[in-house]
This record gives sequence, C-alpha cells and structure tokens, in this order.
Amino acid sequence: MSPLRVPARPPEPFQPQPWRDRRLELILGNLLRAGVLLSAAVVFAGACIYLARHAHEPANYRIFRGEPTDYRTIPGVIHSVMNGRGRGLIQLGLLLLIATPIARVSFSVVGFAIERDRMYVIFTLIVLAILLFSLLGSGMGG
Amino acid sequence: MTVLGFTAVVAIVSFAAGLLGSLTGLGGGVVLVPLLTILFHVDIRYAIGASLVSVIATSSGAAAAYVKEGFSNIRIGMFLEIATTFGALLGAFLATRIPTSALAVIFGAVLLYSAYLSRKPRPLDQRNLPPDPLATKLRLNGSFPDLEGKRDYNVQHVPTGFSLMLGAGALSGLLGIGSGAVKVLAMDQAMRIPFKVSTTTSNFMIGVTAAASAGVYLSRGYVDPGLAMPVMLGVLGGSLVGTRILVKAETKSLRLVFSVVILVLGLQMLYKGLWGKI
Repeated sequence: MSPLRVPARPPEPFQPQPWRDRRLELILGNLLRAGVLLSAAVVFAGACIYLARHAHEPANYRIFRGEPTDYRTIPGVIHSVMNGRGRGLIQLGLLLLIATPIARVSFSVVGFAIERDRMYVIFTLIVLAILLFSLLGSGMGG
Repeated sequence: MTVLGFTAVVAIVSFAAGLLGSLTGLGGGVVLVPLLTILFHVDIRYAIGASLVSVIATSSGAAAAYVKEGFSNIRIGMFLEIATTFGALLGAFLATRIPTSALAVIFGAVLLYSAYLSRKPRPLDQRNLPPDPLATKLRLNGSFPDLEGKRDYNVQHVPTGFSLMLGAGALSGLLGIGSGAVKVLAMDQAMRIPFKVSTTTSNFMIGVTAAASAGVYLSRGYVDPGLAMPVMLGVLGGSLVGTRILVKAETKSLRLVFSVVILVLGLQMLYKGLWGKI
C-alpha cells in the first residue's frame, strides 16, 4: 500500500485499528515516563532533606512498627510536606508514583471511548474502580 | 549502620538488582525482598512495601521504551489487568493477615519456581494458530513488527490465562513483586502470546497491578520512606540502564548467574520461614 494514499475505512464489524492503538500507546508510554521521572525527582529532593538531617542516626528496620499517620494517609503526607519534612516529600513522590499507572488507566478510558470501543471502555472502568477502591477504600484518604 | 551508610548500600544493591532484573528479563523485585531481609535484616513487611513501590517505578519507567518498539498489545493488557488488579487487592489484604513466616515460605517457593523457569528454554512461538472464538470476540488478536515485516498472532485459551493472571496478581499483592514467573505461565504457555508481545505487555500491566496493592500497603504503614527511597531510586536507575543496553548484551551467562542467585535466596527464604527465623 502506498503511504501517500488515504487508508480505506476499516470494515465493519469492528476491527482494532492498529495505528490509532499505537498512537494511544505512545501517548500513554510517555505519560508513564513523565510521571515516573517527576516522582523520582520529588523522592530525590525529599531524600536530600532527610539525609541532611538524619544521616548519622542509626538505621534500624529489624522491628516492624508501622508508619505513623503522617506517612500513611494522603492528608498526613501533605501535612508533613507543609512542615518541610524530607520523609513527607519522599512519600509524596511515592504517591505520585502510584498515581502514574492510575492516570494511564484513566487516559485509556478516554482513548477507548474515542475509538468507540464500548467493551474496552467498560473493562478499563472496572480496572479503574479497583484501583480507586484500593487507594481510597483502604483508609488512605485519611 | 548509620542512615547514610544504610541508604548508600541499599541503593547500590537495588541498582544491581534493577540492572540484572531488566537485562535477564527476570525482574529485580523478586530478589529485593530476600536481599533486604537476609542481608540487611529488614522486617519482611517493610521489604515488601519498598519492593512493591520499586516495581511500579520500573514498569512505568520502561513503558515508554517498550511502546516505541510496537510489541505491546493494549487490549490484552487491559483485559488481563481486570484479573491482576483484583488479585492484587486480595493478595494485599491477605498479606496483612498471615504470619510473616508463611510469607517467607511462599516467597521461597516462588523464588525456586522462578529459578527453575529461568533455566527452562522458553516455549517456541507457535505460528499460524487458529483464531479462538472468545479471543476474537474480546479483540485480543493482533500483530507486531517482525524481521519479515508484520506478524499476526491469535490468542488461545483465554479463560485459563485469565485465571492464572488472577493468581499472578494475588502473588504480586502478597509479596510485593511483579510476578513475572506466573505471567510466563499465563501469557506465554496458556494464551500462546508471542514472547516479545507478552514481555512488553506484561511490563505495562505490572505497574497497574502493583498500584492496586500499593494503596493497601501504604495505608497499613508498610511503606517506610527511609527504606523505599534508596530502593525505588536504585532499582529505577538500574532498570533504565538495563533497558538501554539490553539490545546489545549477551544475556545467557548473566541469566545463569542470576538464576543461581534466585535459587540460593529461595532456599534461604524457605529455611528462614520454616524454622521461624523471620
């Protein structure tokens, strides 16, 4: 097929449209990378503050205590970032990291909707619901 | 050890795990938890929390590079993510309820299985399989660029693959790993997805799967910022370097070394779990 010619409309019933899928995937891939780099930068900034203040304290992870509320809930993390805590900033970066695949799934809903692929809009919404339930239903909302 | 020394050593070990994991395709997460618990005496719950976070980072970080190659299948990924995220949620809730020694035993078993799998030649891609009605209905079949141009493939045994992915998700949520080993069973062996497609697609899925259990871990206080920071940055750095040199590297002997490491760690975890030393 000549690359100059306009491709023929795909035959009905629905066939996946490879070039559209690919464009969507490229956007999603870049979104994921941007999210990861952003979160890594935030974690790194938090690490600098944390290490500058606590570098010479002993490190001990032998005994599980569980994290304080400031590092386990979204309002808690925001609160500790406001107070300039390095570990709060690290947790914020990790929250951004967790949000990245969730953003990817949300964009996929839009992508499948543009392709008028109702079945996959529903599939993607199911995945999104599970993700949001995990994030908000497990008490992280505060 | 001081915080600074601990952070530096954990970052270096995590970098190596991420590098080897991406070069061999076996994943870095699977060795991180045993390394943290055995070498650094970290409580397994903190180790799992930190590992899980790093799994999201590697998956999302490598996604852009994989997507460019045009192998991944977004529909297979999304369809199977229903299974893996649901499984991951179950696994994460389960992890907060079962004793740590049981976690160590399950972890050891998964490591041994991974070591076994990494020594087995991967199943040959079967070409020209007949289209499966369910896979066709779910629009899972696709094509990918090959040496001879474009290659079409037909996905097989969808229900088996879907159930196995439920298990993969549960293990991921339970142990904070990417569950590459179960994925091979589900996507390569049951569903007969070509190797390149299954690898890149599952990489895409791993991040979403891990995100499903990360919320539970974070809210239960398993994710310690001081530990997760060097692990996440180290593994991410290592895997990014790994995907850069992956195309050129001769990975056969690396795989052998890495699978021996996995085997030894697996035996250690079993021992520690069974004798209650964890």
